[in-house]
Amino acid sequence: MSKSRAIVITGNGTNCEMEAAHACLTGGFDEAVIAHISELLSGAIRLDDFHFLNLTGGFLDGDDLGSAKAQANRLKNAVISGSKEKLVEQFSRFIADGKLILGVCNGFQLMVKMGMLPGFDGNYLHQTATLTYNDCGRFQDRWCYLKADPESPCIFTRGIDKGIYLPIRHGEGKFLCDTPATLERIEQEHLAVFKYSDSCYSAPTMAFPENPNGSTHAIAGICDASGRLMGMMPHPEAFVHYTQHPRWTREELPESGDGLILYKNAADYVKLSL
Amino acid sequence: MPNRIEVALRHGVRDARGERIKREIEHFLKIQVTAVQTIDIYTVDAELPQKLLEAAASGPFSDPVMQEWLLDSPAGREFDFAVEVGFRPGVTDNVGRTAREAVEYLVGHPIPAGESVYYSLQYLFSGDLTRSCVERIATELLCNTLIQRYTILSAAEFAQAGGFPPLVPRVQVAAKIAVKEIDLEVLDTELVRISRDGVLALTLEEMKIIQAHYRSPKVIAARAAQGLGAKPTDVELECLAQTWSEHCKHKIFAATVHYEDENGKKEEINSLFKSYIQRTTSDVRKRMGEKDFCLSVFKDNAGVIRFNDDWSLVFKVETHNSPSALDPYGGALTGIVGVNRDPFGTGQGAKLIFNTDVFCFADPFYAKPLPKRLLHPRRIFEGVVEGVEHGGNKSGIPTVNGSIVFDERFCGKPLVFCGTAGLMPAFVNGQPGHEKSIKAGDLIVMTGGRIGKDGIHGATFSSEELNENSPVTAVQIGDPITQKRMFDFLIRARDKGLYRFITDNGAGGLSSSIGEMAGECNGCRMDLAKAPLKYPGLEPWEILISEAQERMSLAVPPENIDEFLAMAQRFGVEATVLGEFTDNGVFHVLYEDKTVAWLPMAFMHEGLPPMQIPARWEVRRQAEVRIAAKNDYTGDLKQLLSALNICSKESVVRRYDHEVQGGSVVKPFTGISNDGPSDAAVVRPLLGSFEAVVTAHGICPRYSDIDTWHMTTNAVDEALRNYVAVGGSLDLVAGLDNFCWCDPVLSDKTPDGSFKMAQLVRSNKALYDICLAYNLPLISGKDSMKNDFYDGSVKISIPPTLLFSVIGRMEDARKAVTMDAKRPGDLVYLLGATADELGGSEYSAANGFIGNNVPKVDPETAYGRYRAYHQAVNLGLVASCHDLSDGGLAVAAAESAFAGGCGMELKLAAVLYKGEAADRRDELLLFSESASRLLVTVHPEKRQAFEQCLQGTGIAAIGKVTEKLQLTIEGIGGSAVVQADLAELKEAWQGTLRDL
Repeated sequence: MSKSRAIVITGNGTNCEMEAAHACLTGGFDEAVIAHISELLSGAIRLDDFHFLNLTGGFLDGDDLGSAKAQANRLKNAVISGSKEKLVEQFSRFIADGKLILGVCNGFQLMVKMGMLPGFDGNYLHQTATLTYNDCGRFQDRWCYLKADPESPCIFTRGIDKGIYLPIRHGEGKFLCDTPATLERIEQEHLAVFKYSDSCYSAPTMAFPENPNGSTHAIAGICDASGRLMGMMPHPEAFVHYTQHPRWTREELPESGDGLILYKNAADYVKLSL
Repeated sequence: MPNRIEVALRHGVRDARGERIKREIEHFLKIQVTAVQTIDIYTVDAELPQKLLEAAASGPFSDPVMQEWLLDSPAGREFDFAVEVGFRPGVTDNVGRTAREAVEYLVGHPIPAGESVYYSLQYLFSGDLTRSCVERIATELLCNTLIQRYTILSAAEFAQAGGFPPLVPRVQVAAKIAVKEIDLEVLDTELVRISRDGVLALTLEEMKIIQAHYRSPKVIAARAAQGLGAKPTDVELECLAQTWSEHCKHKIFAATVHYEDENGKKEEINSLFKSYIQRTTSDVRKRMGEKDFCLSVFKDNAGVIRFNDDWSLVFKVETHNSPSALDPYGGALTGIVGVNRDPFGTGQGAKLIFNTDVFCFADPFYAKPLPKRLLHPRRIFEGVVEGVEHGGNKSGIPTVNGSIVFDERFCGKPLVFCGTAGLMPAFVNGQPGHEKSIKAGDLIVMTGGRIGKDGIHGATFSSEELNENSPVTAVQIGDPITQKRMFDFLIRARDKGLYRFITDNGAGGLSSSIGEMAGECNGCRMDLAKAPLKYPGLEPWEILISEAQERMSLAVPPENIDEFLAMAQRFGVEATVLGEFTDNGVFHVLYEDKTVAWLPMAFMHEGLPPMQIPARWEVRRQAEVRIAAKNDYTGDLKQLLSALNICSKESVVRRYDHEVQGGSVVKPFTGISNDGPSDAAVVRPLLGSFEAVVTAHGICPRYSDIDTWHMTTNAVDEALRNYVAVGGSLDLVAGLDNFCWCDPVLSDKTPDGSFKMAQLVRSNKALYDICLAYNLPLISGKDSMKNDFYDGSVKISIPPTLLFSVIGRMEDARKAVTMDAKRPGDLVYLLGATADELGGSEYSAANGFIGNNVPKVDPETAYGRYRAYHQAVNLGLVASCHDLSDGGLAVAAAESAFAGGCGMELKLAAVLYKGEAADRRDELLLFSESASRLLVTVHPEKRQAFEQCLQGTGIAAIGKVTEKLQLTIEGIGGSAVVQADLAELKEAWQGTLRDL
């Protein structure tokens, strides 16, 4: 196959592009391009040329209308310069082509608010869930234990034993669904990939600070039914090397951090399937 | 008719924002409320069809999952009082700006000038409340009336009026733009009045220098040739006031000081800055010779040092005290985004890698009456913390290091120090990254935000004491996203080599940035009418000096301008050509092609002779108190752990993203439960490498009550000690000095000026001495000299304060050391001797006195110890290391133990003691704050190697790490003087500020 290519979109307040690109390369991608949104809107860069799309953390437009709302509006309505194509059409094609999207933190908020997640029945532009203010009312930077659902169709989390340990850094991470039926379907189809849990990954928890935001069913991340689209509040790109762990000076840790597996799985999937 | 879109949470969705307000009302105002709901209000003042309004309401403005919206109909129900808070006209409204852009995407084209979207927030209160209670909630918590307006409606009034009417805070503009001439041929008293009424902050002497300039026949003739009269224009006078302000010109540090020491020995010092600060750096650099790592010091917006062959480090720390006193949120937010522009505008430009912040506040639980105009310390605390949170987090820059210092006198003015470091390519397009130049003919370009009336007279108002008439316009709100967009664009323009020079637009606005740039090539010519404005109607002088945020000034070669402007447009960044640089020696300003200011560069920059300031030092003895010896100091230790200056600041630190960019190695909190206080930060700016940047700081204003000399040496030692503790290398480390003083110039308002100035002189002399001993070049710094409050009767002066920050390198981040005790059985060492130095300590303060025996730094011995310790770190011999500072050994041991989740048993008899044997006692061994000490734990197998490394540097094995979760300290007499469960100690340490 051709080179495995990851793209990280930045601009208008996206912050984690550098470490996300680093995680992609460390995870095995041949290339990781940091593309400014203006380069997509000018047509200089096209999503079609990539296999793995990273929507990373930050404060898109300052989260002024609610997290990622303004960018969701921009992506849905903006037109590629010199053409009639809307940027959102590139997104839809990207998904239809069976490619991978990982939204982290602000990127997860964006995916949910655009409707890409949970994306029931292939409808990726209809919003059924949201992320809102943490119950504690404040931004929080702290590390959380995430229990993984082994039965999830998610391709990013394949091979995770019990769970992984990652930092969260957000003010709006509480996951909510529009109806109980949506929540039930997410659970039934094992789309709630990660849940905040105790340090042994034994059970999901609603207790602060282990669950830092009061998320419904302790949900920290979800995927769509295909398992190729995933969004999560914790930051996998922030833990790809042991020195990023808050207790590395006192614990025996492997060289790679817990978050790297998501990028490795993505790279492996792209090399095998795309 | 403007439309109101009201967005409320759906029934049953938890209102976390409202709950937080409810908690704060109960906690701070002691008013009981049953419930608080919040509603977002967008006031659309634009000609839009109903369908588009509905599309905006249902699209970008609301979240269908949890919110519902109403157009021109009130959403509020079930409440007793409603309060709506919005911005006053002209105040930066970030949400309104984003909402407007969102509408533009829907419409498909820009909204015409004059039309806009405004944001406000509605609070609905339920409970048994009176209007006066609600009034208090509105003014003391929800709203800062300097920048915001509010309306209160009872439920009945709300029902009757059908909710709040749409209110459009459009700026009302002056009818006619006119440049005024100011007659300086007047009495001296009138000159003083002109300066005072205009917030020019110019003294009579300075006004007379300007008067004399305009009397010169040569000047009159040259002006006539430009079509100008003999009198100065308002543009010129304002420009000179900014350029010559204490804030921009640092007149006190440049002054000639007539100093007399305690023995009557007299000395004339020509500029403290040149004599001590610059000389420190040049002498240290000379000594380093080939090992000199300084690349650009004192001449640019920030200092630059070498990091490795390919990259350089840039660092700057600023203060934003006066604006934070008036509007803590906006002041601190602009403080952080403002200092971001300094490293960004250094050399060819740098990528920003971390922020630091240090705040000095009064007690947030302060319960005494305050002078009018002063905000309660708790409001300052809350606002500043939130401002820096938004500024730092939204900019995507990790906040890695900081502290909060409390002293009652900071209610007169809080100190808000914000620092930012950057990483710059050693070479950009073949040129050294830290160098830049301007050629005559280069175009003057301004990028980023637009100019408004916000931030007018910031430079001059901060050059005076805070008083009842401090101007409202000096306050402003930052917009991190506009700035981030601009940085995203400019860093790419840098790499393409599209500009030749870049600098920040900060204090003094264009008058200062273009004024300084024009100094590079000796002249400029710009037309203020070309500058993009937020709204029409600004006078030319306002355009010139406005400190409206998020702007950079650049010199762009004419051949690059088309590409530069096209690229800016693609990135959604406004860039405007204002004129060109020249070499004719004149700062030439026009408005619509007509000259409005014509100032010779030489007069602007060198026309001001140095101030003459008297300084007379005297030793002031404080009362000495000897506390009777006790058998048990456990209670004292708990009291210290819960003291404001020592207790955990975790509730604040968790609100700052300290990990974005992925390079954090030593985080603010560490240990078994991620909650032990780190001494310094270690960051890897290049993710593919283990080379790291280490940063730390020292600050101890309390020691100034005894002697600013020792305040200074202790601050420097604390910074370096923290830096060394985590593993920073002594071969590549530099310092930054930030002086915050109370006005030290003798005057009617400041009768003790000579003493305060002498304190400053001693501080500078000490800084020189200790930096030379520590091989620490100073690379940048800033002074803020008017930190007083004076309303005519009450005067509050802050204690003289030096914040000393260090930045340096660590070859291998994997060798970093944290402060948490690691495992039972490890040996505990105390590095450095303890002396009878309780003067100015936290222990003394807790017992209500100051004392005189302030800690004295012995830099030669300390430096040897630090070197030896660093070698031990490199050899991997150190399990943990914690610096001893506020609260001394007992506090450090408690922190190390509970952070590590291991107990500790220590023996005071083993502690190295320096002093008279008769004075040796438990109390001082426990709590003395003697400098240059480190508490280290070492694995027993590494004992010999460690002791060999540290041999001769003053170390003592004082105990061991234990399994039992207790801290036990045995006194000199052999019985336990401290014995407590770690959980108790940790609770004491964490409880104080947990709820803030």
